[in-house]
Amino acid sequence: METLIFGRLNYHDIPYDNPIIMATLGGAIMLLLVVAFLVWYHGQWSYLWREWFTSLDHKRIGTMYIVLSLIMLLRGFADALLMRTQQALAEGGVAGYLPPEHYNQIFSAHGTIMIIFVAMPFFIGLMNIVVPLQIGARDVAYPFLNSVSFWLTVAGAMLVMLSLGLGNFSHAGWSAYPPLSEKHYSPGPGVDYWIWGLQIGGVGTLMTGINFFVTIWRLRAPGMTWMKLPIFSWTILVTTLLIMLAFPVLTVLLALLSLDRTLGLHFFTNHLGGNLMLFTNLFWIWGHPEVYIVILPAFGIYSEVTATFSRKPLFGYTSMVYASLAIATLSFVVWLHHFFTMGAGANVNAFFGIATMVIAVPTGVKVFNWIFTIYRGRLEFTTPILWTLGFIVTFCIGGMTGVLLAVPGADFQLHNSEFLIAHFHNMLIPGALFGYFAGYAYWFPKIFGFRLNETWGKRAFWLWLVGFYLAFMPLYALGFMGMPRRLVHYDNPLWQPYLVTALVGTLLIFAGILCQILQLTLSIQQRRLLQENTGDPWNGRTLEWSIPCPAPAWNFAHLPTVHARDDFHVTKQSGQAPPSLPYSAILLPAASGLGPIMGALAFLLGFGLVWYLWWMAAVALAGLVLCLLVRSLDDETEFLIPATTVEATERALRRIASSPYNASQVSQ
Amino acid sequence: MKSLSQDLGKNGNDYATEDTHEDLTLLGFWLYLMTDCLLFCALFATWAVLHNNTAGGPSAHDIIDLPYVLIETLCLLFSSTANGIAMMALQRRNTRSLLGWLGLTGILGVFFVAMELHEFLHLIESGNGPQRSGFLSSFFTLVGTHGLHVSIGLLWLLTLWVQISRKGLTAPIHSRLQRFSLFWHFLDLVWVAVFTFVYLIGGDL
Repeated sequence: METLIFGRLNYHDIPYDNPIIMATLGGAIMLLLVVAFLVWYHGQWSYLWREWFTSLDHKRIGTMYIVLSLIMLLRGFADALLMRTQQALAEGGVAGYLPPEHYNQIFSAHGTIMIIFVAMPFFIGLMNIVVPLQIGARDVAYPFLNSVSFWLTVAGAMLVMLSLGLGNFSHAGWSAYPPLSEKHYSPGPGVDYWIWGLQIGGVGTLMTGINFFVTIWRLRAPGMTWMKLPIFSWTILVTTLLIMLAFPVLTVLLALLSLDRTLGLHFFTNHLGGNLMLFTNLFWIWGHPEVYIVILPAFGIYSEVTATFSRKPLFGYTSMVYASLAIATLSFVVWLHHFFTMGAGANVNAFFGIATMVIAVPTGVKVFNWIFTIYRGRLEFTTPILWTLGFIVTFCIGGMTGVLLAVPGADFQLHNSEFLIAHFHNMLIPGALFGYFAGYAYWFPKIFGFRLNETWGKRAFWLWLVGFYLAFMPLYALGFMGMPRRLVHYDNPLWQPYLVTALVGTLLIFAGILCQILQLTLSIQQRRLLQENTGDPWNGRTLEWSIPCPAPAWNFAHLPTVHARDDFHVTKQSGQAPPSLPYSAILLPAASGLGPIMGALAFLLGFGLVWYLWWMAAVALAGLVLCLLVRSLDDETEFLIPATTVEATERALRRIASSPYNASQVSQ
Repeated sequence: MKSLSQDLGKNGNDYATEDTHEDLTLLGFWLYLMTDCLLFCALFATWAVLHNNTAGGPSAHDIIDLPYVLIETLCLLFSSTANGIAMMALQRRNTRSLLGWLGLTGILGVFFVAMELHEFLHLIESGNGPQRSGFLSSFFTLVGTHGLHVSIGLLWLLTLWVQISRKGLTAPIHSRLQRFSLFWHFLDLVWVAVFTFVYLIGGDL
């Protein structure tokens, strides 16, 4: 009876005995309570619910995605700091301060969180904000689905966060290889938290992929032919294609592992006919495209930023498009390079090794295009361009170590060593995260109507860049010196100086993050000073800069017609004032509370499945079906904004008519 | 979504017409089906890897009763045929005929699911459940995932049937029926692959 009601949940699952977790948990709960109290004190809960949580406006959903991502970044970074400190200390007779079972959970959580709940929501947030604005649309193809996708991602993230204070998280690494992740070796709820956090978040991502693919495919402004589509939207189109092709495999993989664990099946067990390499293959058939899913959007951001601040059209636009498509295609034929050591044979390894090296070609095309865009441009050293320059240099180093790892012979030596850790951080931090930071600074005024403080942004960049080199270059050396990844303790005094240097680098990155928090706080305080009245703070080239800052709910009072690539730039160049058309009423998708409710139900479903609370899972599942039924019977899914409101808002937002950049001063 | 298209039409941008909404939903649903197709691909790949891992238990040849599965298959195929005739009734806007043929679609679907469940129960009772071996795990999961899809489709069909009989042939119902029809034919196609690879080729080994 007790197991029927409580499943395997027990009050012993709260880790009382671990002071680090309890202090973190206490701090987090206090912080949450303080924030909740402050919101209540200022009477803002109903505002938050009405205007944000239930909103179907793609710009608000995008902003919430980014807020989620930044919160999770703090959590993921805290994990990184813990690991770096442990490794800097734990040599020889010193055990460090983290017990092995806790350390294993930290590196598993760090990887899972950084990929799935930082990188994914960050670029999905940016694409939510930017894509409809760039293609001249009022919203995405399926605004309600968009809200559900977001709240499913939140539910997944909350499951992972909850594992901190209730039970434990997976100790099997972010890739959760069996047999370690099987029930026999990991009987606790940890791996189940990993499974259901990823599964629920993954379903949300898959739906977002379909949503944005259709949005770009069908809702482009008239005249916007494929070769006039802004390059960021192009990379998003390719990314969504990758999401649709890769995420179903993750869904299957997680389902099979959970069947093994929950019902005792034998997909990946090492007895009764399971095959654990099947897991590894399926994982990387999703996992390798996943790397490009998080990097391609950043490539798009770098392209936009470089063109804007070089005051030149993007060099080799067409080759950029084809390079993105080539990367997407090749990303599906390289998965085996994650486990050359499986022993598939020389010919198989040679195929995957060569395919991996070939990816460097389209990527190299992109790098040269960025450099040639800058060449003879009038580069303005704003924060976004600093992130871009830092990326180009650093990413090339990572790319070269990648080609090195693609040689199966070399990989046998470097596999699972710190060299690998250095390599993929070298790709993902400059390759993805720097790009998101550039996009964050670049598009911030479009949402909030004021720019971010440049001084603190630049300080953050330099701390991140120097910190990155200090934190990860020593790991290449450590890899050559034979240090394996994921060590909680080691007996080699030669390694310690490198690990201490890496810790110093991590502390510099920490200072960079503090600068970013300060930058945001200061910018909000100085928002009058940083206010953006023109709608076009950077003298941009694409349609999103043709509308006011902050963008009104309807995006475009009059939907644009596109005549050229970089249409807005061409219009500015022509010097013609836009024709003053009469305003008309606009229909927009109405807010819906079902998104957050379905997120909450999905969280309960995941929680029930993790703890074997079958009744809870069944009730939550029934609730989800009911929500879909309610939505399908609802005919009032839109509301009308009268023409007078549209006109008044547009006039108020366009307080100053002319841009600070006079069209005649603009080069090219 | 609907709002969007109507709105675009109103503002004089004639790239989006009244039926854009239905078009958009259909395209999105078709893309979902393609992702579902990849989901089945992964399960077929799993089957391909594991179908000989019998771990001393029965092989596909030992457990498959081909005549039984043939009847099961015919149920599903004729269910799709009935659905096709129902869609023709929808074109003629003949509600009574539509309800009748959709009813037959559903009944044949129920027969299919019932026969599959019977096959599963029989296997489990004789000690050859999915826990027995890697082969049986992949067999139950591949076939069962298809069966789960059919069961969800049947629930969907039931809500559609009730909606049609209450509200008649409204525009949203018309659009939903089109999507249901795509879904049902897609499941048919997947079953043809299951029947071929699992039952015909697997059972013959």
